[in-house]
Amino acid sequence: MSRHATHIAQPVTVSRVMLKVLAALLPGIAVSVYCFGPGVLVQLLLATFTALGAEAAVLRLRQRPIAPALADLSAVVTAWLLALSMPPLGAWWMIVLATLFAIVLGKQLYGGLGNNPFNPAMVGFAVMIVSFPAQMAAWGTPLAALDATAQLQWIFTHTLPAGSSVDAISSATPLDVLKTGLLQGGQAVSQLLQQPRFGQWGNAGGEWVALAWALGGLWLWQQKLIPWRTPLAMLAGVLAVSLPLWLWQPAQYASPLFHLLNGATLLAAGFIVTDPVSGSTTPLGRLIFGFLVGVLVVVIRVFGGFPDAVAFAVLIMNMAVPFIDHTTQPRVFGRKGGRHA
Amino acid sequence: MSRLYDFHGGIHPPQHKDAATAWPIQPLPLPPQLYIALAQSVGNAARPTVSVGQQVLKGQQLAQLDGRLSAAVHAPTSGTITAIGPHPFAHPSGLPVETITLQPDGLDSWQPRSPLAWQDASPAQLRSHLQDMGVVGLGGAVFPTHLKLAASPLATLVVNGAECEPFISCDDMLMRERAAGIVDGIRIAAHALQAGQVLIGIEDNKPQAIAAMQAACAGTPYRVVTIPTKYPSGGAKQLIRILTGIEVPHGTRATDLGVQCLNVGTLYAMARAVLHGEPLLSRIVTVTGAVAHAANYEVAIGTPLAWLLQQAGIADTQAEVIMGGPMMGITLPDLHAGLPKAGNCLIAKSAALFPPRPPEQACIRCGDCASVCPAQLQPMDLFWFAKSRNFGKAQERHLFDCIECGACSYVCPSQIPLVDYYRFAKSEIWAAERDKKNASLARQRHAFRQFRIERDKSEKAARLAARAAEQAAKLATQAANPAAASAAPAASGMDDAKKAAIAAALARAAAQKEAKPLSEQHTSGLDDAKQAAIQAAMARAAARKAAADAAKAADAANPDSPPAATPAQTGMDDAKRAAVEAAMARATARKAAAQAQKDASE
Amino acid sequence: MNTLLLALLVMVALALLLGAVLGYASIRFKVDADPLVDKIDDILPQTQCGQCGHPGCRPYAQALASGEEDINKCPPGGEDGIHKLAELLGVDFKPFDAGAAQPKPKAVALIDEATCIGCTLCIQACPVDAILGSAKQMHTIIASECTGCELCLAPCPVDCIRMIPQGTDLTNWKWRYPTIPIKAVKP
Repeated sequence: MSRHATHIAQPVTVSRVMLKVLAALLPGIAVSVYCFGPGVLVQLLLATFTALGAEAAVLRLRQRPIAPALADLSAVVTAWLLALSMPPLGAWWMIVLATLFAIVLGKQLYGGLGNNPFNPAMVGFAVMIVSFPAQMAAWGTPLAALDATAQLQWIFTHTLPAGSSVDAISSATPLDVLKTGLLQGGQAVSQLLQQPRFGQWGNAGGEWVALAWALGGLWLWQQKLIPWRTPLAMLAGVLAVSLPLWLWQPAQYASPLFHLLNGATLLAAGFIVTDPVSGSTTPLGRLIFGFLVGVLVVVIRVFGGFPDAVAFAVLIMNMAVPFIDHTTQPRVFGRKGGRHA
Repeated sequence: MSRLYDFHGGIHPPQHKDAATAWPIQPLPLPPQLYIALAQSVGNAARPTVSVGQQVLKGQQLAQLDGRLSAAVHAPTSGTITAIGPHPFAHPSGLPVETITLQPDGLDSWQPRSPLAWQDASPAQLRSHLQDMGVVGLGGAVFPTHLKLAASPLATLVVNGAECEPFISCDDMLMRERAAGIVDGIRIAAHALQAGQVLIGIEDNKPQAIAAMQAACAGTPYRVVTIPTKYPSGGAKQLIRILTGIEVPHGTRATDLGVQCLNVGTLYAMARAVLHGEPLLSRIVTVTGAVAHAANYEVAIGTPLAWLLQQAGIADTQAEVIMGGPMMGITLPDLHAGLPKAGNCLIAKSAALFPPRPPEQACIRCGDCASVCPAQLQPMDLFWFAKSRNFGKAQERHLFDCIECGACSYVCPSQIPLVDYYRFAKSEIWAAERDKKNASLARQRHAFRQFRIERDKSEKAARLAARAAEQAAKLATQAANPAAASAAPAASGMDDAKKAAIAAALARAAAQKEAKPLSEQHTSGLDDAKQAAIQAAMARAAARKAAADAAKAADAANPDSPPAATPAQTGMDDAKRAAVEAAMARATARKAAAQAQKDASE
Repeated sequence: MNTLLLALLVMVALALLLGAVLGYASIRFKVDADPLVDKIDDILPQTQCGQCGHPGCRPYAQALASGEEDINKCPPGGEDGIHKLAELLGVDFKPFDAGAAQPKPKAVALIDEATCIGCTLCIQACPVDAILGSAKQMHTIIASECTGCELCLAPCPVDCIRMIPQGTDLTNWKWRYPTIPIKAVKP
C-alpha cells in the first residue's frame, strides 16, 4: 500500500473519462453512418489502429511504459475525432497519414498525454488540409446510393464498381459550395442554398449529424466531464460575428444557423474546444478561449481561403492559451483581485 | 437565522461516521506505560522539569514551556518516571523525539488542583493559567490556546463543531455528551476575548450534537448555526467564511479581521482547566476502521497507540493506521508512539475501506481540482511547477495558500497524489529559505569580521604613525635646542614620568608579593585540576598525532620521508607544547592576580 | 545623386544620434559592482571555508565571474550548487575532481570545553566570528552561526574541536518527492 497524504480518492480514472467521451460520440457516429454509409466506420477503424500503433511505437522509442498509456484511451479519442473530421470516403492513406501526424507530431513529440500544447486531432487535420486540399474537400454526397462494398473498394483502391457515379463520392461540402459560389460572384446566398446539396437548414443530412454531436456534448456536460463555459462561449463567438454580418447583408453572408449547423462547429463545441490539455483552464480563460475560437471560425470561413476553419481557429487559440491562463488567474481565497496579487 | 456564506469548491466524500457514533464515549483503563512526548504543540518542545525515578502525581507538570510558542506537559496519572529520552513519535517522519516515559502506579492520585476564578481574573492571568495547564488546540493543529485569546475586544468568536472529515466523530460525541462543559468553555473564551457574538458552526449531518448544543446554549446569546455538510467546512478559514463571510488570507491572523475560531474540544479542555484546575491530560479519540469495537474513547495523553488499538480490537496488527482523518491524516510510521494531544482519530486501514490508489497517470488539465479547491487555487498548475521543481513559480501562484485539504487529490481522475507534491514543494522551499537565511547571516558576519580586521589594522597603523610622529617631533625639538640649558626642564619632565612609573611598578610588585601566598592557597585545587586536564588533553593530542605520524610513516613509500617528517613533527610538537605551557603559565598568573584582587576587595 | 547624399546624411545623423544616446546611457546607468559576482555569491553557501583556494566565498565568486576558476571547487555547495552555477554561467556541469575534497553532510563544530585551554587561536581562525571566548577563558561555539567550515580544527593546539554532523529532526525534516511505486505489492 502506498502512503499518500490523501488516503481516499474517487474511483475515477482517465480511461473512464475517455471512455465516456467515446460514448458521447456514438450518436453522431450513428447518424454519420446513416448519412454517409459504412465508410465512416472504416475511417474510424483505420484511425484507431493507426493511433494505437503509432503511440506504442513512439513510447517504445521513448522507452516509456506502453500499456498504461494505451489503456488511457486518449489516443483513441484523438483518432475518432480526427476520423470524424475527415471525408468519410477519403482514401485509406489519408486517414492513416493524418493520424500519424496527430499522434506522433501533435502528441508524443511533446511528451505524450498532458504535455501537448495543440489539440492533436486538429494538428493532423490541419496538416492534411494544407497538404491535400482537393482530396480533403471531396465529401461523399449524403444519402448517396453507394453500397458498403463500393465504399470499401473506393477507400482502399480508389476505383469504383461499374455504373457508379464519381459524383456520389466526390461532391463538395456545403461550405465549399458556398465559398466557391460567392467567389465566382453573381449569386446570392439564398440562391446558392436552393441547390439540392443543401438541406432544410443548410446541409442535407449533415445538419442531423451536427445535432447529434450537440447531443453528445450535452451528455458530457451533464456528466460533468466538460465545462459549460468553453462550448457556450464558442457558440457565442460564432453568433457574434455571423449575426451582424447576416443582418447587414443577408445576400452576401450566410445565416448564423448555417454556420452553426455546417462544418465542424458543433463537433468542435462539444469535443474539440473542450479538450482540457490544450485548452484554457481558468474560468475566465475558458470563456475567452471559446469565444475567440468561435470568432475565428466564422472569420476564417467568411474571409479566409479555406472552407472550414475549426482546425485553424483551435490551433491559433491553443497558442494563446498560456498567455490567457497567465492573465486570467482567478482570485485566491482571501486575496484581493485576480491574477498575481 | 443568520445568513450563511458558501466557499468555493469542496467535496462530499463518504462519511463512515456511524460505526463510531453508535456508542457513547468509552472510558479506558490505564495502559502499562505512558509515552508523553515533549513536542505536544506547535512551536518549541517543552523542557522536562522532572527526573528519572521521580514519583509524580496526576496533573503534576512534567515539562515546562520553552518560550512563548510552547505548551506545558503534565502527568496524565500518578506514577514513576522511568525514562526521559528519544522515543517513536506520531509524526510522518518517523523520527523519535524526546519523550517522558511514565509508569502508572494505578492509584491515579491527583495533586492539589487550583481552579481559576475566571470572572475576576484578568485576560493575562487567564492566558498564563491556560499556558500552565498545557491547553492546546485539539482540532488537530495543536496551536497553544493562550495565544489565541490575545485579541480583545473581538467581533465574532467562531466555535468549530463542523468536524467535516470522514470517519472522525470525537467532536460530535463530545457535543452530544458534554455540551454543558463546552458552553462553559465558550463562556470563558467569550469573556476573555470580549466577543461581540458567538457562532457555533455544526454540519447538518450531526443532528444530535446540534440538539444538545442548542439545549446547552438556551438562555445564552450563543447561536448554534447548522451548516451544510461539505468538506472542508471544518477548516478554520472555511468555517469563518461560512459563518461570517470574512475571508482570512494566508499570512493574516483571523483576529486582525475581528474573528477567532476555537474547536469545541479545545473549549471543553479550557473549561476543565479553568473551572476544575485540571491540565489537559486526556482527550476523546475516535478509533475506527478495521477494528472490532469502533467507538470514541477517552484516552490519556501518552497512551501507546498500539495498546489503544488493541483495546479497540484491531483486526490486523500489521495494518497501516492513519492518525487524523482520511483526507489530511498521517500514516503512522510507528505505533509504539504515545497518543499526542493532536491525535483526534485513529483509523485502521483495510483494503475494503482504503483500496490502493491506482497508479498515477498524466495530468490532463481537466480542471476538476480547480473546481473543488477551497483556496481557489489552480492545483494543476501548482502540480506542474512542484513536479518540475520550479518552486519560484509555485510560490508565485500562491502555493502557500494551499491548506492541504486534499480535495484536489480526491477528485483527480489521473489519480495524482497532488498534496504529496505540494508538501514536497513546501518543505523544499522552507529548506531553501533556511539555507538562504543561514548563508546571508554567515555572509554578514564574515563581512563584519573583514571590516573589523581592517579597522583594527588601520587604527593600529594610525597609532604607530602618531607615535612615530611624536617621536620625530621630540627628536626634532631636541635637535633644535642643542643648548644644555633647555635640556633641564625636559629631563625633569622625563624624570617625573619615570618616577611615577617606577613607583607604580614597585606597588605592583608589593601587591603581587602579598597576593602570591593567598592565591596559591585558594587556587591550588583549581589549578591542579585544570593542569591535569590540560596535561591529559595534551597527552591525548600527542597520542593522536603520534598515531597519525606512525600511519603516515607506514604509508610513505619513500624512505626519505619518515626521517624528514619526524623531526619537523617533533619540532612542531615541541613548539606547541611550549606554547601551551606558556599559555598555562600565563593563565595561572592571571588567575592568581584575579584571586588576589578579589581577596583584596573583600 | 541628391538621394544618395540625403540617404548618407540621414545615416550619418542616425549613427551620431544613437552613438550619443548609447554613450550617455553607459555613463548615466553605469553599474558599479558586477551584478554577476553578487549572483554567484548568492549561490555559494557562505561557509567561507576556503576549500576553493580563495579566502572566502566572495573572492571565489569574483574569480568565477572573471572566468579564472572552475565551478567545481565548492564542496559545501554540493553538486546542486555546481548545477546552479553551471546554469547561471552558461557552462556545462562539472563534477568534483576525483582527488579533491568531496561534499559531506553539514556539520557544526563543537569545542570540548573541558579540554579547551583558551588559546584564542580558533577564534582568530573563525571566518564568521561564531566562537565566543577570550584569552585563557574557555571558548564555545555558537552552533547556529557555525558554517561548518572546519577552519578552527587545525589551529587548535589541544585538538579539542570536533565536527558534529547535523542530523534530521522535526525542524528540518523534509517531505520527499512523491515516488511512484513500481509495482504495488499484493498482500
